Amino acid sequence: MLEGVNDPVDNPGSGLVRSRTSRTRRNLGLAALVLTPLLLSSCTVPGFGAASGVTDASHKTYKLWQGFMITGLIVGGLTLFLIVYAALRYRRKSDAIPRQTQYVTWIEILYTVIPTIIVGVLFYVTIVVENPEVARVAHPPAKINVVAFQWGWRFSYPGYPNISTVGQTTQNPVMVMPVGETDAVTLTSLDVIHGFYVKEFNYSEYAQPGVTNRFDVHVDTVGSYQSQCTQLCGLYHSLMYFKVVAIPAADYHACLTSASDGPTFVACAEKALATAGSQMTANVRPTQGALSHHG
Amino acid sequence: MVDVLEPQTAAHDDHGHDEHHGPSGIMNWLTSTDHKVIGLNYTVTSIIMLVIGGAFAMLIRAQLTTPNGSVVTLAQYNELFTMHGSVMIYLFAGPFAFGGLANYMVPIQIGAPDMAFPRLNALSYWLYLTGSITMLLGFAVAGGAANFGWVGYAPLSDALNAPGAGADLWIGALLLTGFSAIFTGVNLVATIFYLRAPGMTMFRMPIFTWNMLVTGILILLAFPVLTAGLVMLYADRHFGTHIYDANHGGVPILWQNIFWFWGHPEVYILALPFFGMVTEIIPVFSRKPLFGYKGMVFATIAIAALSTGVWAHHMFTTGTVLLPFFSFMTYLISIPTGIKFFNWIGSMWGGQIRFTAAMLFAIGFLITFLIGGITGIILASPPLDFFTHDTYFVVAHFHSVVMALVIGAMAGLYYWFPKITGRFLNERIGKAQFWFLFLGSTIFTMPGYLLGLKGMPRRMAVYTLHPEWQHLNTLSSVGAWMIGFSTILFVINAVKTTRSPKTAGPNPWDAHTLEWFTTSPPPHHNFYALPNIRSERPTWDYYHPDAPALTHDDHDPSHMPNAAKGATK
Amino acid sequence: MKTEARLLIGLGVFVLIMGIVYGIWSKELSGTVMLIGTGILGIFPGLYYRYWSKRMAGRPEDTDAPVDAGAGFIGSFPGSSIWPFVLGMGCWLMVLALVFGSWLAVIALPTITFALAGATAEGRRGGAASH
Repeated sequence: MLEGVNDPVDNPGSGLVRSRTSRTRRNLGLAALVLTPLLLSSCTVPGFGAASGVTDASHKTYKLWQGFMITGLIVGGLTLFLIVYAALRYRRKSDAIPRQTQYVTWIEILYTVIPTIIVGVLFYVTIVVENPEVARVAHPPAKINVVAFQWGWRFSYPGYPNISTVGQTTQNPVMVMPVGETDAVTLTSLDVIHGFYVKEFNYSEYAQPGVTNRFDVHVDTVGSYQSQCTQLCGLYHSLMYFKVVAIPAADYHACLTSASDGPTFVACAEKALATAGSQMTANVRPTQGALSHHG
Repeated sequence: MVDVLEPQTAAHDDHGHDEHHGPSGIMNWLTSTDHKVIGLNYTVTSIIMLVIGGAFAMLIRAQLTTPNGSVVTLAQYNELFTMHGSVMIYLFAGPFAFGGLANYMVPIQIGAPDMAFPRLNALSYWLYLTGSITMLLGFAVAGGAANFGWVGYAPLSDALNAPGAGADLWIGALLLTGFSAIFTGVNLVATIFYLRAPGMTMFRMPIFTWNMLVTGILILLAFPVLTAGLVMLYADRHFGTHIYDANHGGVPILWQNIFWFWGHPEVYILALPFFGMVTEIIPVFSRKPLFGYKGMVFATIAIAALSTGVWAHHMFTTGTVLLPFFSFMTYLISIPTGIKFFNWIGSMWGGQIRFTAAMLFAIGFLITFLIGGITGIILASPPLDFFTHDTYFVVAHFHSVVMALVIGAMAGLYYWFPKITGRFLNERIGKAQFWFLFLGSTIFTMPGYLLGLKGMPRRMAVYTLHPEWQHLNTLSSVGAWMIGFSTILFVINAVKTTRSPKTAGPNPWDAHTLEWFTTSPPPHHNFYALPNIRSERPTWDYYHPDAPALTHDDHDPSHMPNAAKGATK
Repeated sequence: MKTEARLLIGLGVFVLIMGIVYGIWSKELSGTVMLIGTGILGIFPGLYYRYWSKRMAGRPEDTDAPVDAGAGFIGSFPGSSIWPFVLGMGCWLMVLALVFGSWLAVIALPTITFALAGATAEGRRGGAASH
């Protein structure tokens, strides 16, 4: 044996052992008492670093995230507690050989069945959130085609052949979206794979060569959302910016019909954003997570 | 050629045996087919790779301490993180586990004189070493090393986007190390199937050997797919095929399917050996048998089986995969992983835990891997994956996992070092190293989760528009540097130990498995004698003939909280 | 032998079933092909072990045999050999030929052939790896 590896610890009497155990049980009960009301009132549930975002789907994703985090903290916390408790509680007290327990069937069944149930529930709620998120509207009131390339974006609007915005890297091209309407976004790429990701949508999808993906977004908050490519696409990947400008649907359609080309359309949209923004100052730049939305 | 006779019985401790009369020095290194020499070569080479990959990580973290870092250029940054990932995954984690410690320990753990195919084993090492050199050669050629990420997504890795020789060297390196892994897999499976000592039935094998068997099978199932994918990538680059080229009717997504069909089993090829190490260590230092041995074996097999059906959870945001299938399979895989956790806890429960450095590392592994596992379950949900895909949340998730593996590697090294060298690593330095590594890993990964939720994409050389991310990034870098410092402590410890006396003896930890029955270091062909094998703990049985028998506590529902009552009976 | 066979067949059958379910559900080709191929890859050696386990008496390592049941000749293990190193270098040159030009293959191919011949001759002389 190695010398000086362990500090010898007094062997506690059995009475002490029992009182420790019951104290632990009491603490657990107390924790459950504190946690339950916290779980029941949705308003006090923290965001765990995430934000609710600005689309219908992003709010649901946010709630799913909260649910997963709470489950994760409970399951992970319990496991962590058991690890640390076992390690400290059963540190060496004597050279005696402890009882050589190898199988306790009912415990093994228990910790197979309970995780299976938890996982089943998690899968169910995942499907509940996922299905509407990947569903497609038959006749979307607004459409936008997004084409990614090294290292920029082109945004064009079906039905308005003159209006398209192209920009690369720090030119930060603007993508205009209506608030309160479902916008069908198609994604493709001219060269390599790019990642379309808007933080406030809590959503990302690849723009890939040879594939046209579509997803539907229903933005509900006016604002300007700075975004960038998330999938490694070469040298200027970290500078491949774009910006989403979400303006009221009426303004959106008005700008589309009045504008003669891309730049005038973007100018019209940003003017609409400024007007709408001065009316709703709270939501102009919700990128800092200071969103007061509780869905 | 040395003909090997099985040792007779445990009584013949001084049984005369031919010592190895091979060449010495550099020629020994070049020509040895002894699994112990090859295992040691693998271990040392892979730790050098860990240091090199770690150095890349230090540079990456230095770059990210400011929003417009100027430590490296954008182009160099892409090379750095590509080579960091490639070196760590292809050249450190796998080879360390299945080439290094497994190569050394598996034959001894099952009472075999060597691997089944010793010369193939030597070839594996040479392919691994040359593969490693090939990959690092990328920095020496015009155009620099590969720069398309360790996953090499087509079409970013095609001839148009990655024209340099660095990309070809990357492919070549993966071909070499891939064949090296396949040969090692063949060797492990054949050794375990054919060279076990009498009485060593499959369900008496040490759990590390079980894990290596399953790892070996997974290697055989997964690596050929990667090799095929790489050959097609090379053909696209040089022979004018258009397999991954969308502009000529090819399918870029095919690369992702092939890559991750290898890549996700690969995650378990990396993880299972370290699970195995920790599973050896925890019961030994708790002086208890492994709790739920059979459950552990079946959990390992279940993980292997399920791991072949989860690959596309890396591709949820491609919009082209069957979301519910892969989500469900990924959830399922968390169940056997959970069983492992509770078996580890059960092994500690009611024990007499000695906090050696190896045990500390093993507990550190449990905690770090727990964080990685829980965040993995979050990522298995497609909506939450859409939310965090390609952000630092994912980076932090898999770094929690791989940092757990590094901690597990250290546990294995501190545990087996006395067996391999006959010398103890310094425990005091070991514990200091543990706290730097464990706390460093936590400080390094935790800010990453928050940064990901704030929207920081991965593989970013600069974050000009978001100076508010700087504080968390700096904190993360401090954690990374703590990890770097812990590695220096390990190197100091290992070098210092070469001057200490050989005091380990055959069984310093009062351990369970056969490698602790033979001398430290083991002789050529491993054993002078073997005990009768009647359980999965032959060495323990030999040293503790009077120890209380194993118990099956089926009728004692009060067992868990009150185990201590029976402790000193 | 039985456990080994069951392990491989079990893994193979599971992956095969998964492949069929996946194929029918997703109609995606590459994954279906890879899963079914992987399943067959597992079943194939499993059936080989099953075949032999039916025709073999229990080996000492599959039973409660005492340790001297395995006494005697277990096999010849080459003590040392230069050929793996030579073969490894040949393979390396071959891979470098993929990168730096096929002229390297002019050195690589003879090296590989030489090493394989050397290893085989060595094996014959010493009767290596006959287990």
